[in-house]
Amino acid sequence: MRISAKGLHYRTLNEKIHHLVDSGAKSLHVTHVNGQRYIGGGLQGDIRLTLEGVPGNDLAAFMDGPRIRVKGNAQDGVANTMNAGEVIIDGNAGDVLGYGMRGGRVFIRGSVGYRVGIHMKSFEKQVPVMVVGGSARDFLGEYQAGGIILVLGLGLAPGEPIAGYMVGTGMHGGVMYVRGKVEDWQIGREVKIFELDEADYKTMRPHLRAFARAFRLDLDEIMAEPFLKMIPYSKRPYGRIYAY
Amino acid sequence: MRFSYLEPEFLVERNLERCIRCQVCVRQCAFEAHRYDAASDVVTVDSSRCVGCLRCVTMCPTDALIVRQNPTTFKENANWTGRVIKNIYKQAETGGVLLTGMGNDRPYPIYWDHMVLNASQVTNPSIDPLREPMELKTYLGRKPERLDVSVKDGKISLNTKLAPQLELRMPVVFSALSYGAISFNASKALASAAYEFGTYYNTGEGGLHRDLYRYGERTIVQCASGRFGVHKDYLQAAAAIEIKIGQGAKPGIGGHLPGEKVSREVSRTRMIPEGSDALSPAPHHDIYSIEDLRQLIYALKEATRYEKPVSVKIAAVHNSAAIASGMVRAGADIIALDGIRGGTGAAPTTIRDNVGIPIELAIASVDQRLREEGIRHQASILAAGGFRSSSDVIKAIALGADAVYIGTSALVAMGCHLCQICYTGKCNWGIATQDPYLEKRLNPEIAKERLMNLLRAWEHEIKEMLGGMGINAIESLRGNRLHLRGVGLTDSELEILGILPAGR
Ligand code: SF4
Ligand code: SF4
Repeated sequence: MRISAKGLHYRTLNEKIHHLVDSGAKSLHVTHVNGQRYIGGGLQGDIRLTLEGVPGNDLAAFMDGPRIRVKGNAQDGVANTMNAGEVIIDGNAGDVLGYGMRGGRVFIRGSVGYRVGIHMKSFEKQVPVMVVGGSARDFLGEYQAGGIILVLGLGLAPGEPIAGYMVGTGMHGGVMYVRGKVEDWQIGREVKIFELDEADYKTMRPHLRAFARAFRLDLDEIMAEPFLKMIPYSKRPYGRIYAY
Repeated sequence: MRFSYLEPEFLVERNLERCIRCQVCVRQCAFEAHRYDAASDVVTVDSSRCVGCLRCVTMCPTDALIVRQNPTTFKENANWTGRVIKNIYKQAETGGVLLTGMGNDRPYPIYWDHMVLNASQVTNPSIDPLREPMELKTYLGRKPERLDVSVKDGKISLNTKLAPQLELRMPVVFSALSYGAISFNASKALASAAYEFGTYYNTGEGGLHRDLYRYGERTIVQCASGRFGVHKDYLQAAAAIEIKIGQGAKPGIGGHLPGEKVSREVSRTRMIPEGSDALSPAPHHDIYSIEDLRQLIYALKEATRYEKPVSVKIAAVHNSAAIASGMVRAGADIIALDGIRGGTGAAPTTIRDNVGIPIELAIASVDQRLREEGIRHQASILAAGGFRSSSDVIKAIALGADAVYIGTSALVAMGCHLCQICYTGKCNWGIATQDPYLEKRLNPEIAKERLMNLLRAWEHEIKEMLGGMGINAIESLRGNRLHLRGVGLTDSELEILGILPAGR
């Protein structure tokens, strides 16, 4: 079903989406999206949303199951505390992407802003995955507690950094894979840079395959470049600072 | 063991004539202060292990035990007190941050004890609550600017669409105590007591255990920076959602549940791996301004389709009034303020004891500011931080709060002895622990009854005091500061509290 978001306040648009979903709609195509916030917020179930335009902040916040495709860029706070589902963004995304995200996956074809993947966490079978096609800015994966963050650096200009400063500061779980160079001075004290082993490639592969398929990219080309991995030293970065 | 300069804080004395060597104390002490020596058939004690929780004293069948503050003192010194010296020893021995539990225990002024209530004499009658109706019912949430009603054929109907409200039987709510910091049985007692009594309890930031979903309609769930256990069903299950920005016991710093307390059940409820540290960063990383706060408030409202009031909790600090104004404008339906005496499961001692302001001053200044700006009706004020009795509660209402949160009082009702070692996870009273052996000591049914008894007692006392003032509805007392007078306060304290000195 197609609906137009033209001129609609987010509250009206989202109520419309909720209403259609409540009355059984499984697939919605929303055109003329222009900055409306909270689309897909708290939405549950096996639903597909296609958004044309630029959705506003907190896209898919607290979302639990649906799949969203954004034909355009996205703003800040995508997948905030998302529990399950999928968000695929054809363009770039802003800051605080995937904050506290606990499950599902987010693919961004382009680059992302600051504080991305903060406090991502995993739980039992829920392992959130975030794949960024381009680069990420400072504080990538800060406080990361679980899940997988992949940054691919596709299409970067020569010399353009793939990540900013303070990568993985306070990280205490999960893993980050970066297809490119990250220097020691860019990362937080709690993480360490490693080379990948067989198991890592096995972990990455299905996600990269899905990413390549979503954006019609060549998987082998992506896999051909060297990756490095960042994991925390310990699950207990702050275990020893108290007197008793 | 490393040699320590620290003298025992307590002395445990056993009356050997009374002691029957039943070893109850040995089993009851998680700190292993008592030991039984089978060969010589004596029970011995290592006072240096005693934390002063009095569990053994209470359980000893023959009253053979006394626990006393160790009377040994350092040479008298008003500056270098024993507490100061001991803290330095502790830090010199470990190099660590001092940790503590419960609320600030320093002798800051308690303004409740410097405010007195009014009563009717001669010129207006007092009311006897035993024989006349007395309304304590309180609604928390955004109130409309005005009510639009229409009357048709003698029937009145309300045209204004009201914002969602919490309905409290009396203006007392159990404050945020997270599962993980406290035991499952303690959480269950709070949930079931709130449910049966007709008030609310707050999950804290530790998620909602699946067995407690059935109390959902009497539950306020928290969304804190760590987002533990926050998902759609959790938000949906609750009656209200609270964004936790800060906490009175540790303003400006985050939470940290050590990995050893993240048991299987805690891990499932918080939705994090077993045994991993649960770190709540100090800030929400998506909130750097009032505008950002608004974004989270509305993300939560959108996710729950505007069915639930959203509360925002902050620690009471110097500029609370200005912040509260911003919070109301950001869309908060409830402003929760937590004063410097607010409790905690664990906080650095230096923060707990030195950061924040007393809740009395915060209530007065926030209420005043919101009134001046004409937005007081847009949000309710829920005050927290060391409410000890019904008189503290009623004074808070008169100062301008809509209701209060009680945490420590509720724990004390369940058996807490304020030993302040909650952070060790070895609470001998079965409250602040995840150890199954210790947790069993708290019977959730009995604890629920004790909590309800406390609420009933306070309810009755509040009615008595209200009746004495000639008021028959708590609504009429809210912000009615003429019913308060100050005793022993400075002019500026009186001015901030907005009350007159007694005698005037
Ligand atoms: S509980 Fe009392 S009677 Fe029993 S061993 Fe201890 S001190 Fe003796
Ligand atoms: S909850 Fe337990 S450990 Fe904490 S102060 Fe009370 S009795 Fe002591």
